[in-house]
Amino acid sequence: MPEVQPPPEPPSGGPLPPLAEALAGQRIFITGATGFLGTALVERLLRAVPDCRVVLLVRPTRRLDALARAQREIIRNDCFDRLRSELGTGFADHVAERLEAVAGDVTQDGLGLDEAGRRLLADCDIVIHSAASVAFDSPLDSAVEVNLLGPSRVAAAIKAAAGLRAETHPDRPPTHLIPVSTAYVAGTHQGDASEILATTAMASGARARTHSTVTTEVDIAGEVESARRLRGDLGAESRRPEKLQKFTKQARGDLGAAGTHLLAERAEKFREDWVRAQLVEAGRARAQALGWPDAYAFTKALGERNLVTHHGTLPITVVRPSIIESALAEPVPGWIRGFRMAEPIIVSYARGLLKEFPGVPEGVIDVIPVDLVVAALIAVAAAGPDPSGPTVYQVASGVRNPLRYGQLVGLVQQWFTDHPIYDADGQPIVVPEWSFPGRGRVQRQLERATKGLALAERLLGTLPVRGSRADMVARIEEKRTLAERAHGYVELYGAYTETEARFRVDRLLALSDRMTPEDRAAFCIDPAAVNWDSYVEEIHLPSVVDHARVRTSPGKSVVASRSDRATAAILDPARHLAAFDLENTLLASNVVESYTWLATRHLPVGERAKFTARILREAPSLLALDRRDRGDFLRSFYRRYEGAPAELLRADAWDLFHHLLLAKSFPAGFARVRRHRALGHRTVLITGALDFVVEPLRPLFDEVVCPELGVDAEGRFTGRLDRLPPTGEARALVLAEYAAAESLDLGESIAYADSASDLPLLECVGFPVAVNPEAKLAAIARRRGWHVEHWEKAGGGARPPLPMGPVNLSTSRWWARFEAMLDELGAPGRDRTEESRR
Amino acid sequence: MSPRPGFILEVDRSTPPTLFWHGERFSMEKLPVGSRVIYAPEPEAALEDPIGAIRHALEHPLGDSPPLSARLTAGMKLTIAFDDISLPLPPMRRPDIRQLVIEQVLDLAAEAGVDDVVLICALALHRRMTAAELRHALGDRIYDAFEPQGLLQQHDAEDPTNLVHLGLTDQGEDVEINKRAAESDLLVYVNINLVAMDGGHKSVATGLASYKSLRHHHNAKVMTHSTSFMDQHKSELHSSNWRMGRLIAAAGVKVFQIETTLNSDTFPEQFRFLQRREWEWSAKDRATYLGASAALDRTPSKLARNIFQSIKAPHRMTSVQAGEVEAVHAQTTANVYRQQLVAVEGQTDILTMGLPYICPYNVNSIMNPILVACLGLGYFFNLYRGKPLVREGGVLIMSHPTPWEFNPVHHPSYIDFFEQVLSQTTDPAEIGKYEESFATDPWYIHLYRTGNAYHGVHPFYMWYWCAHALEHLGAVIVVGGDRAAVRRLGFKPASSMADALEMASDVVGRDPSLTHLHTPPVMLADVT
Repeated sequence: MPEVQPPPEPPSGGPLPPLAEALAGQRIFITGATGFLGTALVERLLRAVPDCRVVLLVRPTRRLDALARAQREIIRNDCFDRLRSELGTGFADHVAERLEAVAGDVTQDGLGLDEAGRRLLADCDIVIHSAASVAFDSPLDSAVEVNLLGPSRVAAAIKAAAGLRAETHPDRPPTHLIPVSTAYVAGTHQGDASEILATTAMASGARARTHSTVTTEVDIAGEVESARRLRGDLGAESRRPEKLQKFTKQARGDLGAAGTHLLAERAEKFREDWVRAQLVEAGRARAQALGWPDAYAFTKALGERNLVTHHGTLPITVVRPSIIESALAEPVPGWIRGFRMAEPIIVSYARGLLKEFPGVPEGVIDVIPVDLVVAALIAVAAAGPDPSGPTVYQVASGVRNPLRYGQLVGLVQQWFTDHPIYDADGQPIVVPEWSFPGRGRVQRQLERATKGLALAERLLGTLPVRGSRADMVARIEEKRTLAERAHGYVELYGAYTETEARFRVDRLLALSDRMTPEDRAAFCIDPAAVNWDSYVEEIHLPSVVDHARVRTSPGKSVVASRSDRATAAILDPARHLAAFDLENTLLASNVVESYTWLATRHLPVGERAKFTARILREAPSLLALDRRDRGDFLRSFYRRYEGAPAELLRADAWDLFHHLLLAKSFPAGFARVRRHRALGHRTVLITGALDFVVEPLRPLFDEVVCPELGVDAEGRFTGRLDRLPPTGEARALVLAEYAAAESLDLGESIAYADSASDLPLLECVGFPVAVNPEAKLAAIARRRGWHVEHWEKAGGGARPPLPMGPVNLSTSRWWARFEAMLDELGAPGRDRTEESRR
Repeated sequence: MSPRPGFILEVDRSTPPTLFWHGERFSMEKLPVGSRVIYAPEPEAALEDPIGAIRHALEHPLGDSPPLSARLTAGMKLTIAFDDISLPLPPMRRPDIRQLVIEQVLDLAAEAGVDDVVLICALALHRRMTAAELRHALGDRIYDAFEPQGLLQQHDAEDPTNLVHLGLTDQGEDVEINKRAAESDLLVYVNINLVAMDGGHKSVATGLASYKSLRHHHNAKVMTHSTSFMDQHKSELHSSNWRMGRLIAAAGVKVFQIETTLNSDTFPEQFRFLQRREWEWSAKDRATYLGASAALDRTPSKLARNIFQSIKAPHRMTSVQAGEVEAVHAQTTANVYRQQLVAVEGQTDILTMGLPYICPYNVNSIMNPILVACLGLGYFFNLYRGKPLVREGGVLIMSHPTPWEFNPVHHPSYIDFFEQVLSQTTDPAEIGKYEESFATDPWYIHLYRTGNAYHGVHPFYMWYWCAHALEHLGAVIVVGGDRAAVRRLGFKPASSMADALEMASDVVGRDPSLTHLHTPPVMLADVT
């Protein structure tokens, strides 16, 4: 069946006056100025259209009002470097004179404008609405609020100000609204996509599947209503007890026994993430159900329709760019703001992470440099609205000057082969060869990889590994995150390499023809101007690599010096305080081992074996309790000391230290403590081990924070704690109190710990150090760039294989019997001489 | 049958391979034809009645001293000091000589009605002995009688309240020793003189001294001028100790010296092949060697270490003499020489030695790289009288695994010395600038005083011990050692004896002379 194509709208009007002249004296209202396109637009207007004035709608933050935020986030951007150097000292005045900022928010009705804002809006001749939620994976509700309802809110605000405008400027025409949309409103359409509004097409009789744009009838109000309700529903769903339990469990899995506050914080984050993920998924599902690739294109398309349906009487000109990428020439070649769609993919590819990306080599990838879009917006503004009603201009390259996907991949591959980026070891990364597989296959591959890595990570995460093995878990986590991200890219952007819509630009070219020859050069809007080879190789990729902060030079020095720098910072005399955890940070032992050693010390040989075996049987349940709550574990475990003679244990603790704890110590750890002391830092030991057990360590520390057991009148331990063990947040609190009392700055302090349960302690200081971290902390340290130390036991320590007190062979009847037996047998090395029998 | 004296074998084509110790293992090396192997004299016969001999020595003292019984009176203050765990090597089977001697001294004291008796282990800056080690050295009877009352003490060189400064020698050396010992009416010192270095004035002046006093003779300068310290008359170490000992006597400290010598019967029956000459090995010796080697190769090194450390040597007393320090020591030294001297003619270009698992400072512990250096360059190199076995500029090849391992309980400061000092310099004269900070480090002092750790300064002494050899030698090569650890020591690692000989030729040229010191058992080369 032949497609029923409505006739392309004829280009209207004669030659345009010079753009600068046409816009002279005009006041232009801009939303979304903090974005990529918005920033470029503001800059171009200030630089190339000398006599217009600009009003920016900026959402104030808690600390910055609208103007301050505009200064900070727009004017300070390197986009303005060219203008800054052109104007020199006059720059600030020039900007102040021509630029105003009003506080407002496109997600609020009336744009959240105050009276002065409304007055200013009424003064404006042109409104360019470029505020959008551009992430393709926006949650449905926020995409709806910004992309779907945003344009209509702007139009409503213009309408509301129209009366005021008629009063104050009776001689001026109504305000011209130029909303920025996207060429991808055409959705999954195949073939030509014309510069025509869906509403217009439908009015002229187009039906679903027969037109160049998606024309499915959609109940927009219903969509809005259900998106808003969905957020509420999901919010309620996420707060149901079983869900909350799941989030708490997840948080515990992530952090271990890190303390109530941190766990609560993390669980709440998981809840919010879950709601967001559900909304993203809902957006994608809804969009795809209706024929759009994602929530972005879907809400943008509905936004256009909603605008024209409700505000079609206003002078409206929609501008639809395709994928906007770095500048071709203005303000400087390669200028880009933020990491956009293609960049993360390119960088992942250059890092060798993205082994495949779906797409057909002969497919067109529709990219358009930002300066062409900006020029188009200015030209459209200068040309003024079409008297016949709302019209559309597309700014896209696919028809006029197509960039083939295969060509792009070839260029990128060549470029990274010539300019490789380097891995952590300083080795150049060889970029993979893409074979242009189908999307499904790539997705399945990545899914398998992600799942496999997640499984490995979970399994390894449950093992009690430390140090370099834990580091391996952290590396797997990193790989998994990257694989997930790659998977995400393929899911999100796969559709864009497979787009088969051809975005027509007939009206744009007609507009270009109407411009003066000078303007055609200065405000180039013709996509034919782009030479893709040189654009990709000389402009875009250098800019991307520059922004990606990847290593572009060989050599291992960067990594080594990073660790050296961290050590130097830690061992700077300017630091104030160094706090140390004990178990697995300074020595590889624990309270159970100490207890068993002390308890078996005076038992006969047979009994001690039984005792140790009993403790070993209990070990799994003790470990589980410890993981659940360290404080509870210590309190309940220390009850076992009830009735033990305090004086004897205090004396025995010295032997415990010298024979067991010291043998299991990390000499590098002790050396570090002493180094801190030598540098004049205060040293603090914060441990759950009992006071008498850590007594021999006191000379190393200025302060020891540890639990203490009560002693009764007969000098026996009561089993109850006089001083509670510092665990979780209490560790941070204790350290903060000590620092405050001694007038020391925690920001200038160092904390050494091994487990995620020490997170509060590590987080409260300026220099956290993960020592032999267990898997969870290793992952966290890696993510946050914390310094990691691997301290080992000395190789030659004589360590008992079981936590038992030493057998005193000379007094042991058991040993005496054994020796007698050996002598009786005349075992090797035993001369039955009278001397050996003495 | 009297024991055979030491023997020097010239290697010819029919000579069987030579046994080399290699830590807790052994290897058999085929030495180049023409090499010399020095074997120790066979063990002398033991005293048939050691108790009787001890009693006789106490009652018939040498030099200017009345019999011990005459010096013991009721109400007097008696202190008995004794050598620590570093002697003898390996530790001897029960009863230890110290037990035998001290029991006799205590019997005499009891007969005389002396009731103020304190036993002091003369540690100097060594680690404190454990209860089990003290029990082994003194026997249960003495231990149980003295320890619970606090009358069995270990010298604490860092206890300012229990040290007394007796003055300066004419060379300006501080003499500061244990206060109880100095202020007793009689100080009895019980020695085990395993080698010629032990005993004499060194017993009290070193064993009971403080760091302040020890640093005068434990330093690079003195050690390079002790050639060797097994030869009292050419040893600056001994000159200094003699000056101090005479000052101690002049200060009124009355010392009754008891010295004992041991035969060189070092290894129990199942390891007897270790002290036999290879060509005389019986079928049983060969079988035990093969069995032991094969078993040790399959044994984890920690277990192998435990097995060796549990060896108690069968050596037995060959002489005991008592009385005035110098007279006693002259007799003792003669007795030691009688057992240990081997006459050797001429020096050698290359000296080889197999280092065993034990040295004076790792009894019941591990031989860390610094101790490996000390055993080879400090002790074995110095087992000479006259001239060093190896010529100046010659090469020393030692065989030892030299693992990068330390016992954190016994040798905490060694770990830091190895990391912080030897990584900067291996020159004994240079390391002195770090000595003070280790010697006065409160953490090391804490571990020395409360635990079983060598003093913080001790690794420096180990390195000073090597000073004479380091100055004398052209190169030191370690066969089969941990390469990183060997390099840290400033030595050259070699993977086999053949490699080592190849490397040595760079220093001593082609066709060098080679001598192998077949020790243990311990001996003393009399080089002319």
